[in-house]
Amino acid sequence: MTDIVLWGVLPYVMVAILVGGSVWRYKYDQFGWTTRSSQLYESKLLRIASPVFHFGILAVIAGHFFGLVIPKSWTEAVGMSQDFYHFNALFVGGIAGICTLGGIILLIVRRRTTGPVFMATTKNDKTMYVVLVAAIVFGLWTTLASVFLGGHGHNYRETVSPWFRSLFIFQPDIGSMAAAPFSFHLHTLVGMLLFALWPFTRLVHAFTAPFHYLFRPYIVYRSRDVRTAPGARGRQPGWQPVGTRDRDRR
Amino acid sequence: MKVMAQVGMVMNLDKCIGCHTCSVTCKQAWTNRAGTEYVWFNNVETRPGQGYPRRYEDQERWRGGWELNRRGRLKLKAGGRVKKLLGIFASPVQPELNDYYEPWTYDYETLTEAPLGDDFPVARPKSLITGENTKIEWSANWDDNLGGTSQLGHLDPIVEKIRKESEDKIKFEFEQTFMFYLPRICEHCLNPSCMASCPSGAIYKREEDGIVLVDQDRCRGWRQCVTGCPYKKMYFNHKTGKAEKCTFCYPRIEVGIPTVCSETCVGRLRYLGIFLYDADKVTEAASVPDEKDLYQAQLDLMLDPNDPEVIAAARAEGIPEDWLDAARRSPVYHLAKVYKVALPLHPEYRTMPMVWYVPPLSPVVDLLSDQGHDAEDADNLFGAIEALRVPVEYLAELFTAGDMEIVTGVLRKLAAMRAYMRGISLGNDPEESIPVSVGMNGERMYEMYRLMAIAKYNERYVIPKAHVEQAHNLEEMGCSLDFEDGPGMYASDAFGEASGRPTPVAVENFYALKQRQTTGGHFEPGELRGRVNLLNWDGRGVPRGMFPEQDNPQMSPDSPAHEGGAAGPGPDAGGPSDQAGPSGNPLESRP
Repeated sequence: MTDIVLWGVLPYVMVAILVGGSVWRYKYDQFGWTTRSSQLYESKLLRIASPVFHFGILAVIAGHFFGLVIPKSWTEAVGMSQDFYHFNALFVGGIAGICTLGGIILLIVRRRTTGPVFMATTKNDKTMYVVLVAAIVFGLWTTLASVFLGGHGHNYRETVSPWFRSLFIFQPDIGSMAAAPFSFHLHTLVGMLLFALWPFTRLVHAFTAPFHYLFRPYIVYRSRDVRTAPGARGRQPGWQPVGTRDRDRR
Repeated sequence: MKVMAQVGMVMNLDKCIGCHTCSVTCKQAWTNRAGTEYVWFNNVETRPGQGYPRRYEDQERWRGGWELNRRGRLKLKAGGRVKKLLGIFASPVQPELNDYYEPWTYDYETLTEAPLGDDFPVARPKSLITGENTKIEWSANWDDNLGGTSQLGHLDPIVEKIRKESEDKIKFEFEQTFMFYLPRICEHCLNPSCMASCPSGAIYKREEDGIVLVDQDRCRGWRQCVTGCPYKKMYFNHKTGKAEKCTFCYPRIEVGIPTVCSETCVGRLRYLGIFLYDADKVTEAASVPDEKDLYQAQLDLMLDPNDPEVIAAARAEGIPEDWLDAARRSPVYHLAKVYKVALPLHPEYRTMPMVWYVPPLSPVVDLLSDQGHDAEDADNLFGAIEALRVPVEYLAELFTAGDMEIVTGVLRKLAAMRAYMRGISLGNDPEESIPVSVGMNGERMYEMYRLMAIAKYNERYVIPKAHVEQAHNLEEMGCSLDFEDGPGMYASDAFGEASGRPTPVAVENFYALKQRQTTGGHFEPGELRGRVNLLNWDGRGVPRGMFPEQDNPQMSPDSPAHEGGAAGPGPDAGGPSDQAGPSGNPLESRP
């Protein structure tokens, strides 16, 4: 029963909150949708810590995609042995994870010790940091555990990954996931909590990563906003004033 | 040819007395808010001096503006698109607060609250960033009137450059120095590098008037624009996490009144007007290979508003007639292109700035008169312009990418005007040889004198209103009580300070007023989102929205059938009969 709730219901609840929350916030809170950068207050530490963390987490996300979405049979079909895959996952994933953790620790230390940065930290931020760090730590734990606990550790590509893929066809493979060890359960749960919090924190800036910058023209022309102000005179019936252009932009 | 209109400004630096009225009024109007304490959309710098933020002109360090790549095409000095995106996690060259200054206030309370004692109480400076006691070590205008310049003058990037070229030319000894004031706002460039740097595409140039604005809803705080702007007139609001900049007071410009800085300028040194320019040629003009040709290229972009071809093209683009008329009367067009006495600030940044400056003749005049010469004699002035290389060289670095000839030409025109008009006001016959020596004639020189010396308000500011058919839609203002902790400050939302939608407060405008005055009953402005503007309420009736809606039809504000209802003499809103109805305190009559 618990398994059904955790691995059959919670993921969909999380997705509903993530998607619904993001859409709602995008519509409601454009003005609050920002990175809330604190670079103006402190730049030296940020200049190291922030890229380390961000590039680290991008690598981690790529690794998650590789491990969760691409089935084991596919990698084997192109001749990648389980050992080779596993070594890569641990080595590259481990480095990325340690960079991410190191980066965020530096960022949090900076946030705590630089007066103006700490003053600009909201409760919302603090909550988010706790969950984010927990997700990173538990994730790193699952990776490092399989290095130090001997053998190959747990092969999540036979438990977690099939479950993850099954979610997308609305046939959750609860059994597979339930068979995964506790450390994976913990990481997944904290991860789901993080995604549920996502739309309501400053993390939303990731959703507006400015890739379109690569394609847009340098100079942007835009017509003045013409909105009807409250109390303004509405459009009058009858003749249009002299100079009205065809097909008004409104 | 694609003709576009651009609102431009010219500042006559000879008239600037460095009073900072423009800065103060601008700050009161625009940046008197939390998060923008350190921000001055308008600031006045003493030159030579480091400026604000410190040494902003040192583009080898700050990487603002454009440069040409090997193939001769325009490229952002801070790097191309991919490089910008890779550096987005920590903007590599962004000024820190210390490069501007740490804003402060004083602890005035202790002056009145301190207990009686032998010592005078002191108002200690408190940082507006940390709230702690602070030591004031720099500000937006620390080197005012050459304060500290004998020690720090060499830090001025232009002084540094001139010194490098010729050993030790600029001296800061009191007798040998020169100075002038340089008021700076956003340049509202034709080829803005802030806009090109913005990953979100939130910065835009308005098609109608060329004013460059930041869309606060689309800005995501990547802060690349701060690096991109070579004038460092892009500011990061550290409370809202959004970029802000000089708005050219667009709400004022739209209704035909000058910007706050121009309006309040004590020396009346600012001119506002329209340029018509060819938008198709901007990139080409900004990419001329030789930096010294940039001034001429920019001048060539400005179209002659009397040229029938230009007029026809402008009409085809839908530029209204009143704008074309304003372009013909534009004082900035006359100063920049007809008399050619206004120069762009740092054309070598290749942004095509649209705030122009008449360079100051005063360093020359002051030195002449200090030495006991007649500083209004044409020959003396011409000689001095040639002899005083240092001020001229300095001005050339500011306004013409180092081309001394252009600056000398402008200064000679100003000197000629001075000498020519002195002759006239002494009652002598106008000496035609003076204007001829600078390539003008007496009539034109007199026109220039009129515009520069005695032009009235409506000659200095020729601002066509926003297209009249739309003007009535533009009347929306913010509330003056919206500062932090102020009575009008809407509460912080769930995502921290200033999140959520800004709540517009509709101030009664002309049509609302007229409607209220001419309708018999209570007037309800539409779309007030169920809120009641008590300033509009004339005490008659109960406006809808003052109390929650009720199901009781007899109390429904729209119901004409209330008379004789159970609620008794309920004053009601909406019906025309209300005018004759009982008027009492509406609050008492609620059930």
